[in-house]
Amino acid sequence: MTAALQPVIVGAGPAGVRAAQTLVAHGVRPVVIDEAPRWGGQIYRQPPPGFTRSKRTLYGFEAGRAEALHSAMTNILDRVDYRPETLVWSAEGGRLDVLSHGRMGTLPYGQLIVATGATDRVLPFPGWTLPGVYTLGAAQVALKYQGCAIGARVVIAGTGPLLYLVAYQYAKAGARVVAVLDTASFKDKALAAPAMLRQPAVFAKGVYYLGWLRAHGVPVHQGVRLVRATGGAQVTAMRWRAGAAEHEVACDAVAFGYALRSETQLADLLGCRFSYNALQRAALPERDGAGRSSVPGVYLAGDGAGIMGADAAEWAGERAALALLADAGKAVDAARAAELEAKLARTAAFRVGLERAFPFPQDWAASAPDELVICRCEEITAGQLRQCVQDTGAREMNRLKALTRVGMGRCQGRTCGVAAAEILAHACAAAPDAVGRLRGQAPIKPLPFAAMARANGEAA
Amino acid sequence: MALLQRVAETGRTPVGFVLNGQALTALAGDTVLTAVLTHTAQLRHSEFSGEPRAGFCMMGACQDCWITTESGQRLRACGTFIEEGMRLVTGEEGHE
Repeated sequence: MTAALQPVIVGAGPAGVRAAQTLVAHGVRPVVIDEAPRWGGQIYRQPPPGFTRSKRTLYGFEAGRAEALHSAMTNILDRVDYRPETLVWSAEGGRLDVLSHGRMGTLPYGQLIVATGATDRVLPFPGWTLPGVYTLGAAQVALKYQGCAIGARVVIAGTGPLLYLVAYQYAKAGARVVAVLDTASFKDKALAAPAMLRQPAVFAKGVYYLGWLRAHGVPVHQGVRLVRATGGAQVTAMRWRAGAAEHEVACDAVAFGYALRSETQLADLLGCRFSYNALQRAALPERDGAGRSSVPGVYLAGDGAGIMGADAAEWAGERAALALLADAGKAVDAARAAELEAKLARTAAFRVGLERAFPFPQDWAASAPDELVICRCEEITAGQLRQCVQDTGAREMNRLKALTRVGMGRCQGRTCGVAAAEILAHACAAAPDAVGRLRGQAPIKPLPFAAMARANGEAA
Repeated sequence: MALLQRVAETGRTPVGFVLNGQALTALAGDTVLTAVLTHTAQLRHSEFSGEPRAGFCMMGACQDCWITTESGQRLRACGTFIEEGMRLVTGEEGHE
C-alpha cells in the first residue's frame, strides 16, 4: 500500500507543516514545496539568517505557536523532501509544473495536499497605487521579515482583526501610527461579542490591542469609509468619511485590507469543484470535514480553501494528512481525526462572529468613483468596467476579463478580483454570487523569460 | 525620500549596491525592495500611466514590485535578496 503513496504538500505554513509532520509520523516521506526560503507561512514567517530579534518580539502572543510550528518542521527535515523557493505555476494529471531557482521542472504526485494560504482582501480607494500604500500583510512582512516600518507616520485602515494587530505591532516597534481607520463600527463588534466569545482568548487579544492603542494615544476611528489617499511621488495624506463629515490626516504610509482572501488558483487548475460561500463572499473549493476536495487524491487545508485562521490551519493540515493516509489504506487514529473535526467546527462558528464584528463594507462598489483604478497591473478603472457592462451586457467575471483585461495582468486577479466582482455585481444589479469567479489559468504566477528560454532550449 | 524606515535589526553586515548609477549601502538579508526603498520612494514606473510604483503586498502575490537591473533583467524585489554589487535602475517617468 505504501508504494502507492507519493504525497506532495504545496505550502509550508501552519497547514502544510502539520500535514507533513502527520505523514512523517506514519512513516511516509512527503515532498514539501514552498515559495518562501524558510518554513512558517506568512503568519509565522521567519526572518532571513542573521536577524536577531526573539520570537517573543516577532510574534508577540503567538510566539509559543510560532516556535512550536517552526520546531515541528525542524524536527522532520531529515524525513521530508523539502523544496523551498519553489513555485508551482501549473498542475494537471498528477503532475506539478514548478520553477525553482530560475529553472523549470515537473514533479509527479500520487496525492496532493494544497495548503496555499491567503493574501489580503483588497477594496481599493483612489490613490491606492501611490508609493507608500501597502496591504496590512505587507506592513507585517516589512516589520517581521525586514525590521522596517512602511513609513514614519503610518495610517492603518480597512477592517478585520489584522487592523488592530498591525497597529499594535507598529506602535510597539516604535513607528508612529497616526490613525486607525476601521470601516466596522463599534456596534458591529458589540453585536458580535457573543459569537466571538466562543474563542475567549482570541476575543481577549482583540480587546487588549484596542485598549493598548487607546491608552497609548493612537487615534482609532470606527464606522468610517476610506475616501482617498493623496500625494505625488509618494502618499502624503489619507482622507476618510465619518457620517457626513470628511477628515484628513497627514501621513507617509498607509496599510490597508479587508480581512483575507483564499489563494485558490491551484485548486482551480486541479479541477476542484467550487461553490459560493456567503460568509466569505467568495467562491471556494469544496471540501469535506476531513479536507477531501471533489478530486480524488487532492486534499485542501488551511486558509487557501477558506479563511479559518492559523490555529485552524494547523488542525486542518493534520486532518487532511490523516484523510490521505486513511484513503491509502493506512491505519490512523480515528479519535484524533474526530477531535480535529470538532475543533474545526467550533472555529467555523467563531468565524461567523468575526465576520459580524468586521463586516465586509457592502456599500463599497456603489460609492467607488468611476476614476478609481481597480486593476493596478493594467490600470483599468471602475468606470471602464461599468462602461463595458453597459455597452456589452457582460454579467460574468470571465466575460468582463476578456473584454476589459481586468484580472488578466501579472497578478492574475489576486489583487483586483474581489473588487472587480463587486463592481460587476453592482453594475448589473446582481447578487455577488451571480457573477461567477475568475478562472485560474496557468501560469498562475509570471515566469521569468530567462527560465522559459532555458526550458525551450533544453527541450529542443 | 525613503519610504521604509528601519526600526530594528540594524547591526547586520553592510552590502554595497548601485541604484541609478549611485553607490548605496543595504544590509545583508535585505530584500531588493527593502534595499531600494530605504533610500528612495519607487522601484519602477507603471508602463501605462508612467506613475511611480513601490510594491504592494510584499509576499509575491501582487507582482507589483518588479525592478530592472542595468542589464535589463527583471527581478521581483520582495522575493529577491540584495547582493553585493547589484546594479539596479528605477527607470524614468513614463518608461520602465
